[in-house]
Amino acid sequence: MALSKELREAVPAAEAVVSTNAGGEVLKIRAGAAFDAMTYLRNRTDEPFNQLMDLTCVDRVATDRIFEVVYQLRSLDTGRRLMVKASVAQDDPRIASVASIWKSANWGEREAYDMFGVCFEGHPDLRRILLYEEFEGHPLRKSYSYLKRQPLVEERDPIANPWPAKDLEPR
Amino acid sequence: MSLINSVPEMVLTSKVDAMLNWTRKSSLWYMLFGLACCAIEMMQTGGPRSDLDRFGMAPRATPRVSDLMIVAGTLTLKMALRTKVLYDQMPDPKYVVSMGSCSNCGGLFQLAYSVCDGVDKIIPVDVYVPGCPPRPEALTEGLILLQDKMMNEKWLTRSAPLTVA
Ligand code: SF4
Repeated sequence: MALSKELREAVPAAEAVVSTNAGGEVLKIRAGAAFDAMTYLRNRTDEPFNQLMDLTCVDRVATDRIFEVVYQLRSLDTGRRLMVKASVAQDDPRIASVASIWKSANWGEREAYDMFGVCFEGHPDLRRILLYEEFEGHPLRKSYSYLKRQPLVEERDPIANPWPAKDLEPR
Repeated sequence: MSLINSVPEMVLTSKVDAMLNWTRKSSLWYMLFGLACCAIEMMQTGGPRSDLDRFGMAPRATPRVSDLMIVAGTLTLKMALRTKVLYDQMPDPKYVVSMGSCSNCGGLFQLAYSVCDGVDKIIPVDVYVPGCPPRPEALTEGLILLQDKMMNEKWLTRSAPLTVA
């Protein structure tokens, strides 16, 4: 395929492979060369992928022991779409930040960090974006028990342990 | 005899308790506390069609002048801390209406890692309004139930038993 050949010549370390899935182009690259490959895709002379529509992550620890970072790219010139996937290791999930290439990656990377704990190196401000600072762990990992709760204030079961009468009655 | 001329001459007898309760229940100021989709229905209840103003209720933007907190929507654990702080800032006597399945018990998000399943785990609740979302009629009925409850209170009697309508 043309795009994979082009990328193999421009950024050989990325070891790009293109496939199609459900009518869309899927490009798999090596995480180590992700930044160079993405810079190239952004700056191609004809048909640059100048919009990052979404950035997410998939937990594939159970089958492949990896997290897959997924970028959805689009070319504003021709409307062509491309899904780029890069795998990071389960025990040390790190990948270069693309926030300097596309501004829209900033919050997407913060969300992926918040939910999956993937560390985006070179991100300007890698903090939790949705959950609170005190939260421990990364809830969308399959290893995070769905029953686990981390409340910030003391909770009581109002049926087994009703509110004291002084809270309900006139004083 | 026309009412207009007779009112200034009229004498009404009532119990002090009843009169105090009547004045309190007729000016319930509620704090705007919409957290999710239920908030849209709460705004609708406050809007002209099912007018809450006719019960003397007015929306307030700060807890410090409010009597009532209508918790309308999904309470996340992040918001639960703020909810508790806002409730503590309200002056006594204060009331809480839990509106919708989400604030009653967590609703369809109760298994989510970030959702507090029930606002009654954080603060005491007076009236629960079921529904997802409750229609304005349902919320209005809940507020009328709250008014009935307020009419049965005895604020001037020390440790009076609480009777719920
Ligand atoms: S009870 Fe239903 S309508 Fe209300 S906040 Fe929850 S999901 Fe939304």
